[in-house]
Amino acid sequence: MKTIDQEKDLLKGLAANDTNAIETIYRENFAAIKGFIIKNNGYPDDARDIFQEAMIVLFEKSKTSSFTLSCQLQTYLYSICRRLWLKKLQKQNRFNPSIETIEEIVPVEDEIDFHEKKSNDFMLMEDALKKIGEPCKSLLEAFYIDKKSMPEIADSFGYTNADNAKTQKYKCLVRLKKLFFAQYKNKD
Amino acid sequence: MDENLLLDAVERYNNGEMDAQEKLFFEELRRNNADIDQTAAEHTFFLTQLEQLSDEKTFRHNLNAIENKLMNEGVISGNKERTKARVVYLWNRYRRTIAVAAAIAGVISFSTASVISKYSESKKVAVITPLVDNKLNQFEHKLNQIEHKLNDATATPSRPKFEANFRATGFLVDGNGYIITNAHVVQNAKNLIVENKKGDQFYTTPIYSNTTTDLAILKITDTSFNKVTGLPYTFPKSTAELAEPIFTLGYPREEVVYGEGYLSAKSGYYGDTTSYQISISVNPGNSGGPVIDKDGEVIGIISSKETNADGVVFAIKSKNIYNALKEIKKDKDLSIKLPTINSLKGLDRVRQIKKLEDFVYKVKGN
Repeated sequence: MKTIDQEKDLLKGLAANDTNAIETIYRENFAAIKGFIIKNNGYPDDARDIFQEAMIVLFEKSKTSSFTLSCQLQTYLYSICRRLWLKKLQKQNRFNPSIETIEEIVPVEDEIDFHEKKSNDFMLMEDALKKIGEPCKSLLEAFYIDKKSMPEIADSFGYTNADNAKTQKYKCLVRLKKLFFAQYKNKD
Repeated sequence: MDENLLLDAVERYNNGEMDAQEKLFFEELRRNNADIDQTAAEHTFFLTQLEQLSDEKTFRHNLNAIENKLMNEGVISGNKERTKARVVYLWNRYRRTIAVAAAIAGVISFSTASVISKYSESKKVAVITPLVDNKLNQFEHKLNQIEHKLNDATATPSRPKFEANFRATGFLVDGNGYIITNAHVVQNAKNLIVENKKGDQFYTTPIYSNTTTDLAILKITDTSFNKVTGLPYTFPKSTAELAEPIFTLGYPREEVVYGEGYLSAKSGYYGDTTSYQISISVNPGNSGGPVIDKDGEVIGIISSKETNADGVVFAIKSKNIYNALKEIKKDKDLSIKLPTINSLKGLDRVRQIKKLEDFVYKVKGN
């Protein structure tokens, strides 16, 4: 069992995308989640999917400044996985969702809602990226997603210098922004 | 102010790349000009979105790497251990069904059928079985192995062995190698192959899957597949009539099996208007098979049956295929053309089946 401080450190590591922290959380929690999923109509692969998604929920939450854990990390993860699995079962219309719970759970509805909104926004962004076409898509992805430097990008995309690449990048960005907000505002 | 310049300014401001003076100037500009302030706020939000997307992608990447590492170490495992988990899984999966079945059996002895349906409706006990055969039995498994061995022996260029652990049905909707089946067939599969009557196997990739309608479309990716022409059936957009006689072809066994019945209701499970209720004898493996009327029109696709009632089967209406194709057209810019000429009309059943057989495929996966 971890102390509160150790768990805080883990979450800090998680927020900073630290592979050690992720691995530790995996090692300490996956078995319990898998047990739960298999007991409730799932396959091991379902357990992997759900656990990954739960990790993303946790990651998103750990990055918000207001986030503090009000229970043990294990309980929190379990609650998220349970909620996600329940949703998935309902969506697939698979059997009635009287999921067995012996473990302690905490309410996580807000987290899940937040996560769903976020994935939705990401989808809009990825859609927009798909729609702007090449070379804009690769250019923007190289800079904003893969975090390559401007000189590097200029080089690999064949621009004469970094400034040219930069101008092109902003042109693309303005277009991406328009596409994104057209969908984003539509949605509300 | 030029939008490019403003974008650049916001980006540099957020990244802390402005010197003190420029920063002050920029802040003042925002204070004094509501339009610029609004645009800058929008930019900031937009850039944050991109930033978060990048973060999440990195995170996912890390997650996958760690998962792979732990899998190699044997700390976590995938569906390979399905056999071990299977008994637990099956028991859990059917336990409720068994309980309900037992309960209903009890009720039958005292009361009428209407009471039963009320009972099951009020409790909303979902007892639907998807008709995928994931119990390829040991006998068949052996057969497959022998078949493989034989294939290996007869110097035909052998492809890697395909160990299937479930089987369903699918059929061509376009001769260019597009096969329709159920979403529940493809959703958990890692690899999917289809096999025609002659036993030729082709690798496929799902290009569309919709769990709400339970429809999926596979594309044959194998180069050994040659374009097929003369699909004999058509797909009506209108709803079929009650009591219409129907039949299906499917693969509940390794061999193709014919079944016939009738349309018993214009809506499916709990009044689901996107499907029909049909009365026909089907078994796991029939999932994804065509439901065809006497004129050779495909009115639906078999998807599931009610577990505790006999001969209550649900089929997805053909109209949904048109919607699926529209979505594919929109998302992938890919046109799949349904056949428009029906060459089954007026033939007797035996001839109809002869014509049909070649277009109905076995879908196997693991």
